[in-house]
Formats: sequence, structure tokens, C-alpha cells
Amino acid sequence: MSTVTETKPAPRRAEKPQASVLFDAPGPKARLRHNILTLVAAVAILGIVYVVLARLDKEGQLDGKLWKPFLKGSTWTDFILPGIGGTLKAAFAGAVLALLFGVLFGLGRLSEHRWIRVPAAAVVEFFRAIPLLILIFFVFSGPATIATALNREFPEVSAFAALVIALMLYNGSVLAEIFRAGINSVPRGQSEAAYVIGLRKSGVMRLILIPQATTAMMPAIVSQLVVLLKDSALGWIIGYEDLLNTGYRLIPAQYSNLIPAAIVIALIYIAMNLAISYLATWLEKRSRRSRKTSAKTLGTGLSGEVIPAP
Amino acid sequence: MNWDVLLDFSPLADNGDKLLTAFWATIRISLTVAVLSLLIGTLITAMRVSPIRVLRIAGGFYVNTLRNTPLTLVLLFCSLGLSDTLKFKISGTSTVNFFWLAVIGMSFYTAAFIAESLRAGINTVPMGQAEAARAIGLTFTQSLRMVIMPQAFRAVVAPLGSVMIAMIKNTTVVLVASYYEAASLMKDMFEQYGATLPIFIGFAVGFMCLTLPTGFFFGWLAKRMQVAR
Repeated sequence: MSTVTETKPAPRRAEKPQASVLFDAPGPKARLRHNILTLVAAVAILGIVYVVLARLDKEGQLDGKLWKPFLKGSTWTDFILPGIGGTLKAAFAGAVLALLFGVLFGLGRLSEHRWIRVPAAAVVEFFRAIPLLILIFFVFSGPATIATALNREFPEVSAFAALVIALMLYNGSVLAEIFRAGINSVPRGQSEAAYVIGLRKSGVMRLILIPQATTAMMPAIVSQLVVLLKDSALGWIIGYEDLLNTGYRLIPAQYSNLIPAAIVIALIYIAMNLAISYLATWLEKRSRRSRKTSAKTLGTGLSGEVIPAP
Repeated sequence: MNWDVLLDFSPLADNGDKLLTAFWATIRISLTVAVLSLLIGTLITAMRVSPIRVLRIAGGFYVNTLRNTPLTLVLLFCSLGLSDTLKFKISGTSTVNFFWLAVIGMSFYTAAFIAESLRAGINTVPMGQAEAARAIGLTFTQSLRMVIMPQAFRAVVAPLGSVMIAMIKNTTVVLVASYYEAASLMKDMFEQYGATLPIFIGFAVGFMCLTLPTGFFFGWLAKRMQVAR
């Protein structure tokens, strides 16, 4: 074989299968096998779909009259849109407060003073280790009980406030960890160099570490916000008027169409979350390309060490 | 002034047996969900990494659907939709029925997250490892068993741990699927004694007793099994 060979690019067949970690590029025999398996799999999946649809049909859930409400404008203006508004309001307020909480406690955990670092760590670890739901219950009814017992007047905590405060404490603690990991992911040389050119502690943090860390941790932060949006559905349990409540309690109460309502509501949640997730992936790609930071990008949760909880 | 609401731990002591029963219910559902969701998650991962396109698409559809739906909706669908509307019954006894409905909802939901971390684990194995395995003549099963799986499993331990911890915390949401566990008991005690700080602290500590050791265990395992590259 000559060393200099003009290799013409072979005419590409449509969809040439690529080798992956698990499977080598298939030869003719494997391709035949794959085609047969594709057929089997397609039949199996169609079978599952058929069983589900048949079951729905048997209970009369495919009737047009159950689905019709979702074609009426009034269903959307009276229930679904206010519900989306409620969900977004709680999620937005929760997100802003959680970010503030996260920055505050993330910095607290990085402090050089033991008396700041230890309490900050205790708070973050406590709220990360307990279920969000029992936190919501306590924030909802705890303050009133305690105030009454201490003979003080205390304004009733609304469902909205309870939900937002609990979302702030829980997600804020997770964000504090992301924030800490982000700052730690900036190579040590960066802060050393900053100290050498005479910056103070606050200057190092403000001018060197935070700008680089922000780029690196943006994807992880955004995927935690997806978790926050999904968690806002827990407001159902304390009676907050969110999308789940208007869409899954009020609409079925009127039209008794529980299954169609569940499907429509789920689709809306999925659309909202996918939109945020795409933002996260886009940011991740962008920040991996960017040369502005020397920190390693924290992944959207699966490659990095900080993983957003389901 | 009545300082009892801040200091009185007697409601917890009085209901010791109820507390144990409720937390035992939490542990039981967590363990069942852990096993089932690992099985479903592995199956979905196998679909997602298979060379067959239809299966890959179906797996991706499953993960994206379940991952982006709130757990509250999934569980409400299981209790109100599956059980009440579609008359899907697993057992005649209502408590057993609700237990399994809650388990089904939790498992299918958690499986989506497990599938994601398993797939990420397989993706961490460098292509060169697989190519080298093929080059020395290992068959598919051999390379899977001796080269790829051992490495992928190690990379997966830490993410799997966080999924498990989150799952334990998420079991509180089965409250909406009418299965009685620790969060339901706390709600009842709040109604009976008022929402006092000691009751909250008691339950918080109870949950920390479950989540923190799980976290330490997976952390230790991940460190021990770290791949040296």
C-alpha cells in the first residue's frame, strides 16, 4: 500500500450507523438482525399503546365530550392561564429568593471565619437533608401556632408565602452547594495570582472568582430551577392555586374529565420545563466553548458532581 | 407566655410507637421503590443505548415525559386516575392497593432519573476502551462484562446516590396517593397538637437519619470505587 493515497470520500449511504461505546458499526448480518428487532420492538410498543388506549376507551375516557372543554376559550382563560400564572409567580418568586439565599450561604460556607462557616454549613446541610413537603407544612402552620402560644399577634401565613419560603430554603440550600462548587472549580492559581497583584479578599471574590464561576455554574443553576418549578406543584397539598390545582381539581370538578385533564396539564408542565432545560443545555454548550473562564463547566447535573435532585 | 410550643417534646415521646410505624412505612416504600426503579431504570437505559432506533426514541420519550412532570401530578394520577377512574386495582385491600399505587408512581418517576444517570455513566467510558476490547477479540458480552460495565458502574455510584436520597425525601409526596407514612403522621400531629417546633424537629431528624447515612454510604462507595485514569 502506498503511503500517499488519495482517499475519495466514499459515497455516503443514507444514515450510516456509527460505532458507539457499546456497539461496533454493524455489518450486513447485524443490520439484518437490527431490522428484525426494529420490527419486533415497533410491534411491542404499538401493542402497549393499544392496550392503554383500549383501557381508556373501555372506561369511556376517549369520548369527545371529555376533551371538548380544552377547545373552549373559557377553560383556558378561567382555569389554565390563571393556573400557569400562579405556578410561574410562585416559581419566579421562589427562584429569585433561592438565588439570593444560595449566594449568601454559599459565600458563608467559603468564609475564612469559623463562626460564619460552621453555622452556614449547618443550615445548608439541614435544609438539604429534609423533605421539602414537611418544610412546607411547618412554614405554613408553624408561625401561627408559635405566635399564639407566645401571646403575640402574627399575620396568617398564606399558602403562597409558605410555598415560596419553603422553596427558597430548600432550593437555596442546593444552590448554595452549587455556588460553592462553582467557586471551588476556579483553579487555585487564579486567586493566588489575584492576591499577588495586590487585590484584597473582597476584590478577589468580586473581580476574579465570581465572574469565572458564574459562567461555569450557570447550567447547573438553570437545571435546579427546573426542579424548583416542578416542586412548586407541591402547593396543591396546602391549597395554593397553581396549574395543578386549577387544572386537576377545578376543571375535572366541572367536567369530570380527570384523565384528559391530567394529560393536558402534564403536557403544559413538560413544555415549560423543556423550555428551561433547552436554555440550560444551550448555556452549557456556550460556556464550554467560551474561553472567558478557566473553571470547568459544572454540567446540567449528570456529568458534574452537583446533581439536581429529582 | 407558654414556652411549651418551643420546648415540649412530649408529643413525640407519647407517640413513639406511631412514629416508628410511620417511619417504617417510609423505609418500606423507599426500599420497594429503590428495587423497582433500578429495574425499570436499567431497562430504559438498555433501550436508550441500544442500536435500534425505535427503542432509543421510545426510551427518550419516556425519560423526557416523566422527568419533566411534577411528582405530585404523577402520584395524583395514580391514585385518582388509575385507581378511581380507570378502576385499576392491584389488591382488594385498600391499604395494600394504595401502597402499590404509590410504589408504581414513585418507581416510574424515579426510574427516569436513574436511567439518565446510568446513561451518563456509560457515556463516561472512553471510546478507546471499547475499541481496544474489540481489537483483542472480546465478544460483545465479554467486553460489556469485563471492560465497559465495571467502569460505567463506578462512574454511576455517586449520581445514583443522589437520586436515591432524593427518592427517600420524595416518598413524603405519596401523601397525595393516600398511603400513610411519616409526612402524613406529621400532618396529623400538627392538627392534634398544633404545629410546634419540637414536632417538626423530631420529624426532620427522623428523615435525616434516613438520608444522611444513605449519602455517606454512597459517598464512601464512590470514593472507594473511583476509576483511576
